[in-house]
Amino acid sequence: MSQIVYQRSPGLKDVETHYCPGCHHGIVHKLIAEVLTEMDLLDTAVGVCPVGCSVLAGNYINCDFIEAAHGRAPAVATGVKRTHPELPVFTYQGDGDLASIGTAEIVHATMRGEKFTTIFINNAIYGMTGGQMAPTTLEGQKSTTSQSGRDRKIHGLPVRMAEMLATLDGMAYAERVCVADIPSLNKAKRAIKKAFTLQQKGIGFTFIEVLSTCPTNWGMSPVEAGRWVQSTMSQYYPLGVVKDAEVPA
Amino acid sequence: MQKELWKGNEAIAEAAVRAGCRAYFGYPITPQNEIPEYMSVRMPEAGGVFVQAESEIAAINMVYGAAAAGVRAMTSSSSPGISLKQEGISYLIGAELPAVIVNMMRGGPGLGTIQAGQADYFQATRSPGHGDGRMIVLAPSGIQEAADLVAEAFDLADIYRNPVMILADGMIGQMMEPIVWHERKPAELPPKDWAALGREGDGRTHFVTSLRLQSAENEVFNQQLMGKYQQIARDEVRWEAIDCQDAQIIIVAYGTTARICQSAARKLKQEGIRVGVFRPIGLWPYPYEALRKLAEQDTVRSVLTVEMSLGQMVEDVRLAVCGVKPTPFYGRTGGMIPETEQVADQVHQILREVKA
Amino acid sequence: MTREIIIAGFGGQGVMSIGKTLTEAGLKEGHEVSWVPSYGPEMRGGTANCAVVISDEPIGSPVVNRPTELIAMNGPSLAKFEPNVLPGGLILVNASQVEQKVSRQDVKAYYIPSMEEAGKLGNFKVANMVMLGAYIKATGALKMDTIAQMLSHIFTGPKAHLVALNIKALEAGAAYIK
Repeated sequence: MSQIVYQRSPGLKDVETHYCPGCHHGIVHKLIAEVLTEMDLLDTAVGVCPVGCSVLAGNYINCDFIEAAHGRAPAVATGVKRTHPELPVFTYQGDGDLASIGTAEIVHATMRGEKFTTIFINNAIYGMTGGQMAPTTLEGQKSTTSQSGRDRKIHGLPVRMAEMLATLDGMAYAERVCVADIPSLNKAKRAIKKAFTLQQKGIGFTFIEVLSTCPTNWGMSPVEAGRWVQSTMSQYYPLGVVKDAEVPA
Repeated sequence: MQKELWKGNEAIAEAAVRAGCRAYFGYPITPQNEIPEYMSVRMPEAGGVFVQAESEIAAINMVYGAAAAGVRAMTSSSSPGISLKQEGISYLIGAELPAVIVNMMRGGPGLGTIQAGQADYFQATRSPGHGDGRMIVLAPSGIQEAADLVAEAFDLADIYRNPVMILADGMIGQMMEPIVWHERKPAELPPKDWAALGREGDGRTHFVTSLRLQSAENEVFNQQLMGKYQQIARDEVRWEAIDCQDAQIIIVAYGTTARICQSAARKLKQEGIRVGVFRPIGLWPYPYEALRKLAEQDTVRSVLTVEMSLGQMVEDVRLAVCGVKPTPFYGRTGGMIPETEQVADQVHQILREVKA
Repeated sequence: MTREIIIAGFGGQGVMSIGKTLTEAGLKEGHEVSWVPSYGPEMRGGTANCAVVISDEPIGSPVVNRPTELIAMNGPSLAKFEPNVLPGGLILVNASQVEQKVSRQDVKAYYIPSMEEAGKLGNFKVANMVMLGAYIKATGALKMDTIAQMLSHIFTGPKAHLVALNIKALEAGAAYIK
């Protein structure tokens, strides 16, 4: 007698992704897909995927999607959510997108307390364009545009977006998670679910930062990359709840 | 029907609401500020959405989002702000989304001046954004026409799934004229079955995108766009020809400039000079055929173009006239407005040269 | 008949509102009308002017370069626009602000101490209405009744008493036109 113990989430389309081995995009896609499925939101959810490796997320996650220009996803999501407050809306943005070219859009969407959810994939590098330095690249980390390593005197230090945005009153919930091991992954899923739950309550902007890998551009194996998230990235970007408007400070 | 006195910017905003626009996103810039100001009050009244965006870039992307979700959406700005919106306009074209964009042109380049200009003609008609895209461009020369064209713009945007620009000069935005609000018969519009509003009953998803990574696929898409543009160029040509039959001189002008040229033509008529004014209402597609036919008349000695620029539309006039008649140009720019007398002087000079 | 009017002065002198009232009244009397403001970065205290066209035929240019009539509320406006007034035209000078006289011989000029007249009525804000009254009397372009009717629509309820005040201001201005 056979029993199904694991299967592809109905929240994912039956296709192969284009992501590199060891990249965490696929895992985060799966978590979002599971959350939307469990919350029965697949029929109504609208995702916004801007330029970056995940610009094809609409081909993988089984709900409606709108592709956006680099950095502009929060503005696009504002256009959708304001005109259709009943729809669950989320953006799925990388760190070059959200923390560099799209800083104005994410800061003001947060400030206005836009009632959508942003999933922020922080892998400390530009992936799609081939490993250039991101605002989130760690000090000393090598990239194709910081070949001797990020230098604080030249580049400044990396930005902690969750903390920065949490200073704004419009932020209802901000948490930083990773998916490098099973307990972390389960925590990440709970965080994403919480964000969508709060969005449904309409209390404000919700933001989940996911520390993620880019083994190809980091020059690491998938296993090394996952370890580096835990050993190094999470030292600079501490995991945990940054802000929860439902819990008095 | 009762005539009401309306300021151009406010009439445009009200016309948008009456045309079913339910989302407006904008950013302050002179001389179009009355549009966002009016919309901030009127949109919520009409059950729509108003957001003052953090930038013109954000505003056009909010329009992109609302349009992708099937809502009639609009933004407005003036020259420097339109430059910022060009990225978004290109994405609207690439994702085949309908939207209306108003440009109350001022004098450039750079920050330039806040006074009226017409130097964004190339930008609007030749290169609304990067890539092989086109945008329908409508140019009102009065407040009544501005209001009427806004309604038409929303229909055209929906029919062709393409952004449409109302290209006016700052004078149109600032002036007041009486207008009548016409009851419009709703146009027959295609269903927005592409909108990202949640899955279809059979679980089919919508993905609004301008990304076509396979070059061959992208070429096919561009060819389809071109097919659409050829249809627009055939079916959506708009112009007005005033006293152009048997004219000695035809003046070509649009927007406020066309009004000034009409005054000049009247003055010249009193002197016994037959001057016609050819006024393109659509700047893209351009009324090449209509202008060429009028220019070919034996009576016509010269086709004078007048603009608030140093010569942009004149290139289209020359494409239309194709060398069969002289095509001199007169322009004021940088926020300066041509005077009736100056235009009349140009005509006098042309006639002197023709005789000599 | 086409009247092309320039009204000019400091911001805050009610220049735009004189123009708008003329435009609205012209429309009510069935004329073609247009109103074009100068617009600039100076919101208050700078120079402001507007151009009004009232015509019996469709209006070509709403921009006025050679006015048939000028209402000059301050000295700089008179200096700037006097040379442009068409021969045989009319210049109304706000004598409370403008010391100089109209130098041209080929136009008609009237000097109206609008502030003093408004002061006599107890409200300096109606100085622009004094000028408007003078304009209407001098040109016969519009009926005083049309303006009075408009005023009774603008000022209602607790502001109804302003109707009489404004009409008195119009009459005070008209009295300077002989």
